[in-house]
Amino acid sequence: MPIIVNGSPAALPEDPRVSLLDFLREELRLAGTKKGCNQGACGACTVLVDGERILSCLALAVQYDGRTITSIEGLAAEGELHPLQMAFIEHDGFQCGYCTPGQICSAIGMAAEIERGVPSHVSADLCADVAPTRAEIRERMSGNLCRCGAHNGIIDAISETMTAEKAA
Amino acid sequence: MSPFDYTRAGDVAEALRLSDRPAAAYLGGGTNLIDLMRETVAQPQRLVDVTGLAGDIAHTTDGGLMIGAAVKNTALAEHRAIRSRYPMLSRAILAGASAQIRNMATVGGNLLQRTRCAYFYDTDGSRCNKRSPGSGCDAVEGFNRGHAILGASAACVATHPSDMCVALAALDAVVHLDSRDGQRSLPFVNLHRLPGDHPEIDTVLEPGELITAIELPALPVAANSTYRKVRDRASYAFALISVAAALEVTEGRISAVRIALGGVAHRPWRAAKAEAILLGQPPSEAAFRDAAIAELADARPLSDNGFKVPLATRTLVAVLTDLAGEPA
Repeated sequence: MPIIVNGSPAALPEDPRVSLLDFLREELRLAGTKKGCNQGACGACTVLVDGERILSCLALAVQYDGRTITSIEGLAAEGELHPLQMAFIEHDGFQCGYCTPGQICSAIGMAAEIERGVPSHVSADLCADVAPTRAEIRERMSGNLCRCGAHNGIIDAISETMTAEKAA
Repeated sequence: MSPFDYTRAGDVAEALRLSDRPAAAYLGGGTNLIDLMRETVAQPQRLVDVTGLAGDIAHTTDGGLMIGAAVKNTALAEHRAIRSRYPMLSRAILAGASAQIRNMATVGGNLLQRTRCAYFYDTDGSRCNKRSPGSGCDAVEGFNRGHAILGASAACVATHPSDMCVALAALDAVVHLDSRDGQRSLPFVNLHRLPGDHPEIDTVLEPGELITAIELPALPVAANSTYRKVRDRASYAFALISVAAALEVTEGRISAVRIALGGVAHRPWRAAKAEAILLGQPPSEAAFRDAAIAELADARPLSDNGFKVPLATRTLVAVLTDLAGEPA
């Protein structure tokens, strides 16, 4: 079975040592996903696998045979920016932009987790519905670092997008 | 990364057959193993991917839960029965790593992540008995603020990094294993070793032995339980100290109690001494403090981690006080 990347099937690498991150960047030439620490500490390499956020640097591409990968390049359908991409621009959710693809993929995965009721470390009641408060978003996005310090803008962008989606 | 061959096991029998060599390793989510391989700390020649096996959480006939080893950490933390009946386990998982890593990491892999410290990773610059047996330990007289205060040896002072495992130690969990010699199970608290003279060996597993499931007993006391983690930043950091505890008070006396500590030892530390002191006593801050002090009486701090003794004591007292609720 091939791996599906942003809607297109691709052949897996011969060498099992190739990480999903290097596969995307070096073999498929999808350089939107970024290599920050390459050891699972920064979140810059975050992509979605079947809608769940993971770190592509700690993943071997061969492990994801038959799975569906969405990277930042797969979000702007037909050139139209994803609402979260628009919100990042609106709220200055970046400065250098290096962490941004990972931040955005992570936030999309986070929204799905909140939607299905996954609690977090800061949820007072483990069994209650989750409200996407700033405290919840900060905790849930702690795996994505921004060395420019744009975290407040990032939280603003995510918070606004999630509120708008809920209202829609 | 050194070369290896990769196979996805279709069932347990195939996984066991494929691991029939010393240089084979089982692969779960890979969040620790791939990192160690990239740093050449781990150099398996064969990876047997077991993420396709045993991915369910099932109710057992005696009221507990059987958790497949390939269940993802997020799936376990969000499971309804875990949230309501074993909240310490849900909270411990959610206090660990990042959301992305919890989505990748399996339960079996969490158990088998390496007990480790920064010196373990420093292949170029540091001695480490865990990485190179007999080479020495640069942590004992080095930067050891995060290291063990209980059960350590001159050979190794690393701590077990898992939060989930601290809760499993408190919950009387049982580990189910399969191997070419047959199946066996063992109490979770016996899975991980203290370092002694062989810190290169983290667990009592035999070569090729595979964790297939973790079983939780019914354990009613666990419904009143929690996990508290003290760390250098609010999220995404290893524990300096953590406490998993469950408490039941009946007619003014402690009728059931389970306690485990994280960040203190080479393995998750079941606080049996503290439990024995508390059982049958009226709950009070003084009793909680006496129990904590007794548990930590054998602590042997290093140059930089003496703060862990009072921090563990206070954290344990605070958690038990919260669980006891308002005094009657």
